[in-house]
Amino acid sequence: MSLEKTIENVAVNLLRLAVTELPRDVKEALRNAYQEETSEAGKTQLKAILNNIELAEKTRTPMCQDTGTIIFYIKAGAEVGQLDKIENALFNATKRATTEVPLRPNAVDPIQQKNTGDNTGRNIPYINWEIVPGDIIEITVMPKGGGSENVCTMNMLVPGQGIKGLKKFVIDSVIKSGSKPCPPNILGVAFGGGADIAMKLAKNALLRSLNQPHKDPKIAQLEKELLDAVNQTGIGPMGLGGKFTVLGVNVDYAVRHPASFPAAVAFNCWAARRATAQVRPDGQIKYLTHELR
Amino acid sequence: MATYKLTTPISEEDIRKLRVNDVVYITGTIVTARDQAHKRALQFHEEGKRLPLNLEGLAVFHCGPIVKKEGDKWVIVAAGPTTSTRMDIFEDDFIKNFKTRIIIGKGGMGKRTTKAMQRYGAIYGAFTGGAAVLAAKAIKNVKAVEWFDLGMPEALWILEAEEFGPLTVAIDSHGNNLFEDIKQKTQGNLNAIYKKLGIEP
Ligand code: SF4
Repeated sequence: MSLEKTIENVAVNLLRLAVTELPRDVKEALRNAYQEETSEAGKTQLKAILNNIELAEKTRTPMCQDTGTIIFYIKAGAEVGQLDKIENALFNATKRATTEVPLRPNAVDPIQQKNTGDNTGRNIPYINWEIVPGDIIEITVMPKGGGSENVCTMNMLVPGQGIKGLKKFVIDSVIKSGSKPCPPNILGVAFGGGADIAMKLAKNALLRSLNQPHKDPKIAQLEKELLDAVNQTGIGPMGLGGKFTVLGVNVDYAVRHPASFPAAVAFNCWAARRATAQVRPDGQIKYLTHELR
Repeated sequence: MATYKLTTPISEEDIRKLRVNDVVYITGTIVTARDQAHKRALQFHEEGKRLPLNLEGLAVFHCGPIVKKEGDKWVIVAAGPTTSTRMDIFEDDFIKNFKTRIIIGKGGMGKRTTKAMQRYGAIYGAFTGGAAVLAAKAIKNVKAVEWFDLGMPEALWILEAEEFGPLTVAIDSHGNNLFEDIKQKTQGNLNAIYKKLGIEP
Protein backbone atom coordinates (compact mmCIF):
# COMPACT_ATOMS: atom_id res chain seq x y z
CA MET A 1 0.00 0.00 0.00
CA SER A 2 1.26 3.52 -0.72
CA LEU A 3 2.29 5.68 2.20
CA GLU A 4 -0.52 8.06 1.32
CA LYS A 5 -3.16 5.35 1.57
CA THR A 6 -1.67 3.98 4.80
CA ILE A 7 -1.75 7.42 6.41
CA GLU A 8 -5.32 7.93 5.23
CA ASN A 9 -6.47 4.64 6.76
CA VAL A 10 -4.65 5.29 10.02
CA ALA A 11 -6.15 8.78 10.25
CA VAL A 12 -9.70 7.43 9.72
CA ASN A 13 -9.08 4.94 12.52
CA LEU A 14 -7.70 7.68 14.75
CA LEU A 15 -10.73 9.88 14.14
CA ARG A 16 -13.07 7.02 15.00
CA LEU A 17 -11.11 6.10 18.12
CA ALA A 18 -10.85 9.71 19.25
CA VAL A 19 -14.55 10.56 19.12
CA THR A 20 -15.81 7.25 20.54
CA GLU A 21 -13.28 6.58 23.29
CA LEU A 22 -11.35 8.90 25.58
CA PRO A 23 -7.61 8.34 26.05
CA ARG A 24 -6.72 6.32 29.14
CA ASP A 25 -5.41 9.20 31.22
CA VAL A 26 -8.62 11.24 30.79
CA LYS A 27 -10.83 8.27 31.60
CA GLU A 28 -8.79 7.61 34.72
CA ALA A 29 -8.98 11.24 35.79
CA LEU A 30 -12.77 11.27 35.36
CA ARG A 31 -13.17 8.09 37.41
CA ASN A 32 -10.94 9.48 40.09
CA ALA A 33 -12.91 12.75 40.12
CA TYR A 34 -16.15 10.80 40.57
CA GLN A 35 -14.66 8.97 43.56
CA GLU A 36 -13.40 12.12 45.20
CA GLU A 37 -16.12 14.63 44.37
CA THR A 38 -18.00 15.68 47.49
CA SER A 39 -20.75 17.81 45.95
CA GLU A 40 -23.85 15.76 45.21
CA ALA A 41 -24.76 17.64 42.06
CA GLY A 42 -21.14 17.34 40.92
CA LYS A 43 -21.14 13.61 41.56
CA THR A 44 -24.38 13.16 39.62
CA GLN A 45 -22.86 14.94 36.63
CA LEU A 46 -19.62 12.93 36.76
CA LYS A 47 -21.58 9.70 36.97
CA ALA A 48 -23.58 10.72 33.91
CA ILE A 49 -20.34 11.48 32.06
CA LEU A 50 -18.90 8.08 33.00
CA ASN A 51 -22.07 6.28 31.90
CA ASN A 52 -22.06 8.28 28.70
CA ILE A 53 -18.46 7.45 27.75
CA GLU A 54 -18.96 3.80 28.59
CA LEU A 55 -22.03 3.66 26.38
CA ALA A 56 -20.23 5.50 23.58
CA GLU A 57 -17.36 3.06 23.75
CA LYS A 58 -19.66 0.05 23.73
CA THR A 59 -21.89 1.22 20.88
CA ARG A 60 -19.02 2.94 19.06
CA THR A 61 -20.94 6.17 18.71
CA PRO A 62 -19.49 9.64 19.25
CA MET A 63 -19.49 10.50 22.97
CA CYS A 64 -20.70 14.03 22.25
CA GLN A 65 -22.91 15.39 19.47
CA ASP A 66 -20.24 17.99 18.76
CA THR A 67 -17.43 16.01 17.14
CA GLY A 68 -15.39 19.17 16.91
CA THR A 69 -13.09 20.89 14.49
CA ILE A 70 -10.51 18.45 13.20
CA ILE A 71 -6.89 19.30 14.02
CA PHE A 72 -3.88 17.11 13.27
CA TYR A 73 -0.42 17.18 14.80
CA ILE A 74 2.26 15.48 12.72
CA LYS A 75 5.74 14.59 13.90
CA ALA A 76 7.49 13.71 10.69
CA GLY A 77 10.79 11.86 10.74
CA ALA A 78 13.29 13.74 8.59
CA GLU A 79 14.23 10.55 6.75
CA VAL A 80 10.70 9.82 5.55
CA GLY A 81 10.05 10.55 1.89
CA GLN A 82 6.75 11.67 0.32
CA LEU A 83 5.88 14.03 3.18
CA ASP A 84 4.07 16.17 0.63
CA LYS A 85 1.45 13.44 0.28
CA ILE A 86 0.37 13.58 3.92
CA GLU A 87 -1.83 16.66 3.67
CA ASN A 88 -3.95 15.11 0.98
CA ALA A 89 -4.22 11.88 2.95
CA LEU A 90 -5.48 13.74 6.02
CA PHE A 91 -8.07 15.69 4.03
CA ASN A 92 -9.37 12.49 2.49
CA ALA A 93 -9.40 10.76 5.86
CA THR A 94 -11.47 13.58 7.35
CA LYS A 95 -14.02 13.36 4.55
CA ARG A 96 -14.25 9.61 4.88
CA ALA A 97 -14.57 9.70 8.67
CA THR A 98 -17.39 12.25 8.37
CA THR A 99 -19.57 9.66 6.64
CA GLU A 100 -18.05 6.46 8.06
CA VAL A 101 -18.00 7.26 11.80
CA PRO A 102 -20.11 9.52 11.33
CA LEU A 103 -18.88 12.95 12.45
CA ARG A 104 -21.13 15.99 12.60
CA PRO A 105 -20.30 18.32 9.70
CA ASN A 106 -18.71 21.20 11.58
CA ALA A 107 -16.93 23.21 8.90
CA VAL A 108 -18.78 26.39 7.99
CA ASP A 109 -17.53 28.73 5.28
CA PRO A 110 -17.51 32.04 7.17
CA ILE A 111 -18.07 34.16 4.06
CA GLN A 112 -20.97 32.26 2.59
CA GLN A 113 -22.16 31.06 6.03
CA LYS A 114 -22.61 27.63 4.51
CA ASN A 115 -21.62 24.28 5.96
CA THR A 116 -19.20 22.53 3.63
CA GLY A 117 -20.79 19.26 4.76
CA ASP A 118 -17.62 17.16 5.04
CA ASN A 119 -15.56 18.81 7.81
CA THR A 120 -13.03 20.14 5.33
CA GLY A 121 -12.50 23.56 3.81
CA ARG A 122 -9.92 26.30 3.67
CA ASN A 123 -7.21 25.48 6.30
CA ILE A 124 -9.38 22.79 7.96
CA PRO A 125 -8.46 20.14 8.97
CA TYR A 126 -5.58 22.18 10.31
CA ILE A 127 -2.23 20.43 10.28
CA ASN A 128 0.57 21.25 12.73
CA TRP A 129 3.98 20.07 11.52
CA GLU A 130 7.07 19.20 13.45
CA ILE A 131 10.19 17.67 11.89
CA VAL A 132 11.95 15.18 14.14
CA PRO A 133 14.95 12.89 13.65
CA GLY A 134 14.34 9.36 12.39
CA ASP A 135 12.04 7.59 9.98
CA ILE A 136 8.72 7.42 11.85
CA ILE A 137 5.58 9.46 11.21
CA GLU A 138 3.54 10.15 14.32
CA ILE A 139 -0.02 11.32 13.78
CA THR A 140 -2.19 12.81 16.50
CA VAL A 141 -5.74 13.98 15.96
CA MET A 142 -7.57 16.35 18.27
CA PRO A 143 -11.25 16.86 17.43
CA LYS A 144 -11.83 20.10 19.31
CA GLY A 145 -15.30 20.93 20.67
CA GLY A 146 -16.84 24.35 20.07
CA GLY A 147 -18.13 25.01 23.59
CA SER A 148 -14.70 24.75 25.15
CA GLU A 149 -13.04 26.53 22.22
CA ASN A 150 -15.32 29.55 22.68
CA VAL A 151 -13.81 30.36 26.07
CA CYS A 152 -10.14 30.01 25.06
CA THR A 153 -8.49 33.31 25.71
CA MET A 154 -5.20 35.16 25.41
CA ASN A 155 -3.99 38.41 26.81
CA MET A 156 -0.90 40.58 26.64
CA LEU A 157 -0.09 40.93 30.34
CA VAL A 158 2.00 43.62 31.98
CA PRO A 159 5.56 42.20 32.20
CA GLY A 160 6.08 43.79 35.62
CA GLN A 161 3.38 41.58 37.12
CA GLY A 162 5.22 38.44 36.05
CA ILE A 163 3.91 35.04 37.09
CA LYS A 164 1.48 36.60 39.57
CA GLY A 165 -0.24 38.34 36.70
CA LEU A 166 -0.38 35.03 34.86
CA LYS A 167 -1.97 33.26 37.81
CA LYS A 168 -4.63 35.93 38.12
CA PHE A 169 -5.34 35.72 34.40
CA VAL A 170 -5.84 31.95 34.59
CA ILE A 171 -8.16 32.11 37.62
CA ASP A 172 -10.18 34.97 36.15
CA SER A 173 -10.54 33.14 32.82
CA VAL A 174 -11.89 30.04 34.53
CA ILE A 175 -14.35 32.03 36.65
CA LYS A 176 -15.56 33.89 33.58
CA SER A 177 -16.10 30.71 31.61
CA GLY A 178 -18.28 29.16 34.35
CA SER A 179 -20.34 26.24 33.08
CA LYS A 180 -19.89 27.07 29.39
CA PRO A 181 -16.96 24.78 28.50
CA CYS A 182 -18.65 21.67 30.03
CA PRO A 183 -16.41 21.26 33.08
CA PRO A 184 -14.48 19.38 34.39
CA ASN A 185 -12.00 20.86 31.93
CA ILE A 186 -8.36 20.40 31.06
CA LEU A 187 -6.42 23.64 30.82
CA GLY A 188 -3.47 24.31 28.58
CA VAL A 189 -1.67 27.42 29.82
CA ALA A 190 1.30 29.05 28.12
CA PHE A 191 3.18 32.31 28.29
CA GLY A 192 5.95 34.17 26.51
CA GLY A 193 6.97 34.03 22.85
CA GLY A 194 4.31 36.15 21.22
CA ALA A 195 0.55 36.25 20.81
CA ASP A 196 0.36 33.32 18.39
CA ILE A 197 3.16 31.38 20.08
CA ALA A 198 1.51 31.53 23.51
CA MET A 199 -1.78 30.17 22.20
CA LYS A 200 -0.07 27.53 20.12
CA LEU A 201 1.91 26.29 23.10
CA ALA A 202 -1.22 26.35 25.25
CA LYS A 203 -3.08 24.20 22.72
CA ASN A 204 -0.09 21.88 22.38
CA ALA A 205 -0.05 21.46 26.15
CA LEU A 206 -3.52 19.90 25.88
CA LEU A 207 -1.89 16.98 24.08
CA ARG A 208 0.26 16.07 27.03
CA SER A 209 -1.01 13.23 29.23
CA LEU A 210 -2.54 14.23 32.56
CA ASN A 211 -0.08 11.91 34.30
CA GLN A 212 2.91 13.67 32.91
CA PRO A 213 3.97 16.85 34.71
CA HIS A 214 6.25 19.33 32.92
CA LYS A 215 9.87 18.19 33.01
CA ASP A 216 11.01 21.47 34.51
CA PRO A 217 10.20 21.14 38.25
CA LYS A 218 9.42 24.85 38.55
CA ILE A 219 6.77 24.58 35.82
CA ALA A 220 5.47 21.32 37.29
CA GLN A 221 5.06 23.17 40.59
CA LEU A 222 3.16 25.96 38.82
CA GLU A 223 0.87 23.36 37.23
CA LYS A 224 0.05 21.95 40.63
CA GLU A 225 -0.50 25.34 42.16
CA LEU A 226 -2.85 26.40 39.37
CA LEU A 227 -4.76 23.11 39.54
CA ASP A 228 -5.34 23.52 43.28
CA ALA A 229 -6.32 27.16 42.92
CA VAL A 230 -8.76 26.58 40.05
CA ASN A 231 -10.40 23.70 41.89
CA GLN A 232 -11.02 25.97 44.86
CA THR A 233 -13.35 28.16 42.80
CA GLY A 234 -16.20 25.73 43.48
CA ILE A 235 -17.55 25.88 39.91
CA GLY A 236 -17.50 22.09 39.75
CA PRO A 237 -18.73 19.60 37.15
CA MET A 238 -21.06 21.36 34.68
CA GLY A 239 -20.94 24.47 36.86
CA LEU A 240 -23.28 22.87 39.39
CA GLY A 241 -20.77 23.13 42.20
CA GLY A 242 -17.97 20.92 43.46
CA LYS A 243 -14.26 20.25 43.73
CA PHE A 244 -13.59 19.25 40.16
CA THR A 245 -13.67 22.28 37.91
CA VAL A 246 -10.60 20.97 36.08
CA LEU A 247 -8.94 17.57 35.79
CA GLY A 248 -5.52 18.95 35.09
CA VAL A 249 -3.48 22.00 34.12
CA ASN A 250 -0.62 21.63 31.64
CA VAL A 251 1.74 24.57 31.36
CA ASP A 252 4.42 25.50 28.86
CA TYR A 253 6.33 28.65 28.02
CA ALA A 254 8.71 30.39 25.66
CA VAL A 255 11.19 33.11 26.48
CA ARG A 256 9.64 36.54 25.97
CA HIS A 257 10.38 39.95 24.54
CA PRO A 258 11.46 42.39 27.28
CA ALA A 259 8.36 44.50 26.70
CA SER A 260 5.79 41.66 26.38
CA PHE A 261 4.21 39.00 28.51
CA PRO A 262 1.76 37.15 26.28
CA ALA A 263 -0.36 34.55 28.08
CA ALA A 264 -2.91 32.08 26.77
CA VAL A 265 -5.41 29.69 28.30
CA ALA A 266 -6.75 26.88 26.10
CA PHE A 267 -9.76 24.95 27.44
CA ASN A 268 -10.66 21.38 26.68
CA CYS A 269 -13.97 19.93 27.87
CA TRP A 270 -14.48 16.59 29.66
CA ALA A 271 -14.74 15.17 26.13
CA ALA A 272 -11.00 15.76 25.78
CA ARG A 273 -10.55 13.76 22.63
CA ARG A 274 -7.20 12.87 21.13
CA ALA A 275 -5.66 9.80 19.53
CA THR A 276 -2.11 9.06 18.38
CA ALA A 277 -0.47 6.45 16.16
CA GLN A 278 2.96 5.90 14.64
CA VAL A 279 3.59 4.70 11.13
CA ARG A 280 6.94 2.93 10.76
CA PRO A 281 8.99 2.61 7.56
CA ASP A 282 8.16 -1.10 7.20
CA GLY A 283 4.46 -0.21 7.22
CA GLN A 284 3.95 -1.28 10.83
CA ILE A 285 1.43 0.79 12.73
CA LYS A 286 1.43 1.37 16.45
CA TYR A 287 -1.54 2.97 18.24
CA LEU A 288 -0.29 4.79 21.32
CA THR A 289 -3.38 6.16 23.08
CA HIS A 290 -5.97 3.50 22.23
CA GLU A 291 -6.27 -0.13 21.40
CA LEU A 292 -7.50 -0.54 17.85
CA ARG A 293 -10.86 -2.23 17.95
CA MET B 1 -31.02 15.36 47.91
CA ALA B 2 -33.69 12.99 46.68
CA THR B 3 -34.24 11.14 43.44
CA TYR B 4 -37.62 11.33 41.71
CA LYS B 5 -39.02 9.40 38.78
CA LEU B 6 -41.75 11.42 37.15
CA THR B 7 -44.16 10.57 34.35
CA THR B 8 -45.73 13.19 32.10
CA PRO B 9 -48.11 14.95 32.29
CA ILE B 10 -46.59 16.19 35.56
CA SER B 11 -48.81 18.00 38.04
CA GLU B 12 -47.97 21.30 39.72
CA GLU B 13 -48.19 19.50 43.05
CA ASP B 14 -45.42 17.07 42.08
CA ILE B 15 -43.24 19.88 40.82
CA ARG B 16 -43.58 21.81 44.06
CA LYS B 17 -42.04 18.84 45.92
CA LEU B 18 -38.74 19.22 44.07
CA ARG B 19 -35.85 21.20 45.48
CA VAL B 20 -32.55 22.27 43.95
CA ASN B 21 -29.95 19.47 43.94
CA ASP B 22 -32.66 16.79 43.65
CA VAL B 23 -32.29 14.36 40.77
CA VAL B 24 -35.13 13.68 38.33
CA TYR B 25 -35.73 11.06 35.65
CA ILE B 26 -38.59 11.65 33.23
CA THR B 27 -40.72 9.08 31.49
CA GLY B 28 -43.25 10.22 28.91
CA THR B 29 -43.32 13.07 26.44
CA ILE B 30 -40.40 15.43 25.97
CA VAL B 31 -40.52 18.13 23.30
CA THR B 32 -37.41 19.79 21.88
CA ALA B 33 -37.57 23.54 21.36
CA ARG B 34 -34.90 26.12 20.68
CA ASP B 35 -35.07 29.85 19.94
CA GLN B 36 -37.18 29.65 16.78
CA ALA B 37 -39.73 27.23 18.20
CA HIS B 38 -40.12 29.32 21.36
CA LYS B 39 -40.66 32.41 19.26
CA ARG B 40 -43.25 30.79 17.04
CA ALA B 41 -45.11 29.22 19.97
CA LEU B 42 -45.48 32.60 21.62
CA GLN B 43 -46.61 34.14 18.34
CA PHE B 44 -49.23 31.41 17.96
CA HIS B 45 -50.48 32.13 21.45
CA GLU B 46 -50.75 35.83 20.75
CA GLU B 47 -52.72 35.19 17.59
CA GLY B 48 -55.01 32.74 19.36
CA LYS B 49 -53.80 29.79 17.25
CA ARG B 50 -53.47 26.32 18.74
CA LEU B 51 -50.08 24.69 19.09
CA PRO B 52 -49.54 21.31 17.39
CA LEU B 53 -49.78 19.71 20.84
CA ASN B 54 -50.81 20.59 24.36
CA LEU B 55 -47.65 21.25 26.36
CA GLU B 56 -49.29 21.27 29.78
CA GLY B 57 -47.37 19.09 32.23
CA LEU B 58 -44.73 18.13 29.67
CA ALA B 59 -40.98 18.67 29.54
CA VAL B 60 -39.36 21.01 27.03
CA PHE B 61 -35.80 20.17 26.05
CA HIS B 62 -33.35 22.83 24.79
CA CYS B 63 -31.80 20.60 22.16
CA GLY B 64 -31.12 20.55 18.46
CA PRO B 65 -30.95 16.82 17.83
CA ILE B 66 -29.33 14.92 15.00
CA VAL B 67 -32.10 12.76 13.57
CA LYS B 68 -32.00 10.32 10.69
CA LYS B 69 -34.77 8.64 8.77
CA GLU B 70 -34.76 4.85 8.66
CA GLY B 71 -37.50 3.75 6.27
CA ASP B 72 -40.41 5.95 7.30
CA LYS B 73 -39.28 6.24 10.92
CA TRP B 74 -37.21 8.99 12.51
CA VAL B 75 -34.37 7.83 14.75
CA ILE B 76 -32.47 10.05 17.19
CA VAL B 77 -28.71 9.81 16.65
CA ALA B 78 -27.57 12.40 19.18
CA ALA B 79 -29.53 14.66 21.47
CA GLY B 80 -27.31 16.63 23.84
CA PRO B 81 -28.56 19.80 25.51
CA THR B 82 -27.81 23.24 24.14
CA THR B 83 -27.08 26.38 26.18
CA SER B 84 -30.30 27.54 27.79
CA THR B 85 -29.60 31.22 28.39
CA ARG B 86 -30.58 31.99 24.81
CA MET B 87 -34.16 31.04 25.67
CA ASP B 88 -34.30 33.30 28.74
CA ILE B 89 -36.12 36.02 26.80
CA PHE B 90 -39.01 33.66 25.95
CA GLU B 91 -39.25 31.21 28.80
CA ASP B 92 -41.28 33.18 31.35
CA ASP B 93 -44.15 33.75 28.91
CA PHE B 94 -43.76 30.23 27.61
CA ILE B 95 -44.20 28.70 31.08
CA LYS B 96 -47.06 31.05 31.87
CA ASN B 97 -48.97 30.36 28.67
CA PHE B 98 -48.36 26.66 28.15
CA LYS B 99 -47.93 25.31 31.73
CA THR B 100 -44.81 23.39 30.80
CA ARG B 101 -43.52 21.88 34.03
CA ILE B 102 -39.91 20.99 33.25
CA ILE B 103 -37.33 22.82 31.18
CA ILE B 104 -34.25 20.75 30.32
CA GLY B 105 -30.98 22.25 29.15
CA LYS B 106 -27.44 23.13 30.13
CA GLY B 107 -25.86 26.12 31.79
CA GLY B 108 -28.93 27.34 33.70
CA MET B 109 -31.25 30.30 33.23
CA GLY B 110 -31.69 33.76 34.72
CA LYS B 111 -33.91 35.71 37.08
CA ARG B 112 -36.89 36.12 34.73
CA THR B 113 -37.21 32.38 34.25
CA THR B 114 -36.62 31.66 37.95
CA LYS B 115 -39.47 34.01 38.87
CA ALA B 116 -41.85 32.46 36.38
CA MET B 117 -40.98 28.97 37.65
CA GLN B 118 -41.78 30.05 41.18
CA ARG B 119 -45.03 31.69 40.18
CA TYR B 120 -46.44 29.07 37.84
CA GLY B 121 -44.82 25.89 39.18
CA ALA B 122 -42.00 24.65 36.96
CA ILE B 123 -38.38 23.54 37.36
CA TYR B 124 -35.18 23.64 35.36
CA GLY B 125 -33.36 20.30 35.04
CA ALA B 126 -29.70 20.44 34.07
CA PHE B 127 -28.66 17.62 31.77
CA THR B 128 -24.95 16.86 31.42
CA GLY B 129 -23.48 18.90 28.57
CA GLY B 130 -22.27 16.75 25.71
CA ALA B 131 -23.72 13.50 27.09
CA ALA B 132 -25.46 12.80 23.80
CA VAL B 133 -25.29 9.00 23.90
CA LEU B 134 -26.92 8.88 27.33
CA ALA B 135 -29.70 11.17 26.11
CA ALA B 136 -30.28 9.23 22.90
CA LYS B 137 -30.48 5.95 24.82
CA ALA B 138 -33.37 7.21 26.97
CA ILE B 139 -35.36 8.33 23.93
CA LYS B 140 -37.36 5.32 22.84
CA ASN B 141 -39.30 6.75 19.99
CA VAL B 142 -39.86 9.86 17.89
CA LYS B 143 -43.62 10.32 18.08
CA ALA B 144 -43.86 13.21 15.65
CA VAL B 145 -42.07 16.22 14.30
CA GLU B 146 -43.79 19.58 13.92
CA TRP B 147 -42.62 22.85 12.42
CA PHE B 148 -40.02 21.02 10.37
CA ASP B 149 -39.82 24.11 8.15
CA LEU B 150 -37.68 25.66 10.93
CA GLY B 151 -34.95 23.12 10.10
CA MET B 152 -33.88 19.92 11.82
CA PRO B 153 -32.31 21.49 14.93
CA GLU B 154 -35.06 24.07 15.46
CA ALA B 155 -38.12 21.90 14.81
CA LEU B 156 -40.40 20.58 17.56
CA TRP B 157 -39.39 16.96 18.01
CA ILE B 158 -41.98 15.14 20.07
CA LEU B 159 -40.15 12.35 21.84
CA GLU B 160 -41.15 9.42 23.95
CA ALA B 161 -38.64 8.99 26.75
CA GLU B 162 -37.98 6.38 29.37
CA GLU B 163 -36.20 7.50 32.50
CA PHE B 164 -34.55 10.42 30.76
CA GLY B 165 -31.85 11.75 33.05
CA PRO B 166 -30.22 12.29 35.40
CA LEU B 167 -31.47 15.85 35.56
CA THR B 168 -30.16 17.92 38.43
CA VAL B 169 -32.85 20.33 39.61
CA ALA B 170 -30.97 23.60 39.19
CA ILE B 171 -33.96 25.96 39.47
CA ASP B 172 -36.88 24.88 41.62
CA SER B 173 -40.37 26.33 42.00
CA HIS B 174 -39.46 28.05 45.26
CA GLY B 175 -37.17 30.71 43.85
CA ASN B 176 -33.89 28.80 44.29
CA ASN B 177 -31.33 28.89 41.51
CA LEU B 178 -28.33 26.59 41.94
CA PHE B 179 -26.28 28.17 39.15
CA GLU B 180 -26.75 31.62 40.71
CA ASP B 181 -25.79 30.24 44.13
CA ILE B 182 -22.64 28.68 42.72
CA LYS B 183 -21.75 31.89 40.90
CA GLN B 184 -22.00 33.85 44.14
CA LYS B 185 -20.04 31.25 46.07
CA THR B 186 -17.38 31.32 43.38
CA GLN B 187 -17.06 35.08 43.68
CA GLY B 188 -16.82 34.62 47.45
CA ASN B 189 -14.02 32.08 47.08
CA LEU B 190 -12.05 34.35 44.80
CA ASN B 191 -10.44 36.50 47.48
CA ALA B 192 -9.14 33.49 49.38
CA ILE B 193 -7.66 32.10 46.15
CA TYR B 194 -6.01 35.42 45.29
CA LYS B 195 -4.60 35.63 48.78
CA LYS B 196 -3.15 32.13 48.64
CA LEU B 197 -1.47 32.93 45.33
CA GLY B 198 -0.21 36.26 46.64
CA ILE B 199 -2.26 38.29 44.17
CA GLU B 200 -3.70 41.69 44.98
CA PRO B 201 -7.31 41.74 43.74
S1 SF4 C 1 -17.98 21.70 25.20
FE1 SF4 C 1 -17.23 19.61 24.74
S2 SF4 C 1 -18.56 18.21 25.87
FE2 SF4 C 1 -19.58 20.21 25.82
S3 SF4 C 1 -20.96 20.06 24.04
FE3 SF4 C 1 -19.04 21.00 23.34
S4 SF4 C 1 -17.75 19.33 22.60
FE4 SF4 C 1 -19.41 18.43 23.82
